[in-house]
Amino acid sequence: MTEKKNKMTLVVLSGDMDKVMAAYIMASGAAAAGMEVIMFFTFWGLKAIQRDGVLTGKGLFGRMLGVMNRGGLSAIGPSRLNMGGMGRWMFKLMMKMHGVTPLNELREACIALGVKLITCDMSMTVMEIDCEDLIPETEEPVGVAVMLEHANESSIQYFI
Amino acid sequence: MSDTPKLSLDFKGLLCPMPVVKLAQAIKQIQVGELVEAIATDPGVMADIPAWARTSGHEVVSLEKQDKVFKFVVKRVK
Repeated sequence: MTEKKNKMTLVVLSGDMDKVMAAYIMASGAAAAGMEVIMFFTFWGLKAIQRDGVLTGKGLFGRMLGVMNRGGLSAIGPSRLNMGGMGRWMFKLMMKMHGVTPLNELREACIALGVKLITCDMSMTVMEIDCEDLIPETEEPVGVAVMLEHANESSIQYFI
Repeated sequence: MSDTPKLSLDFKGLLCPMPVVKLAQAIKQIQVGELVEAIATDPGVMADIPAWARTSGHEVVSLEKQDKVFKFVVKRVK
């Protein structure tokens, strides 16, 4: 059996604003407490590390997906009550009113604290998302075995 | 080694997770044995700063509520 390290592995499948926010809060908090942190982004979660304003996709379906599900932290909406973007606008405004740190600053804090951002190769292929579509801090895409190796030696694993 | 904090931080208005994130970044700027002091307005720091210290291995020297703010002093242990 692999010995558990002071390490956390997060699998981020969701691209919803609220869930992505929870993921970045946990990652920055753990890294602040000295833990090694791995974030594995897959499927909709890729939207949380996609550069703002980039349209992804090569073929017809891939481009449709890129247009209908825009990525980047400013484009993603909450999992409930988004109502065509109104919810996103309202949540952002409420977060600002209460002084909650915005998503991009949370992600910057994660990067500054050494959180590793890795991605799922297969879902990038299926969704026609290239490495160039993602923020430059993202590492090379990997498969499930690499994610499981990280999870196996982590004392905390979460699926979001 | 002195009891005077090497760094003095203002976390007023910051909410979770920023107090611990900024504290973790600040503690790297001081030497082992030195102190950092901070002031915050988020009541969550009363539970979060000690929890952060237990996980990270640093020491909370003091943590108290004064009027509407929370003041704490942390020592870098490693």
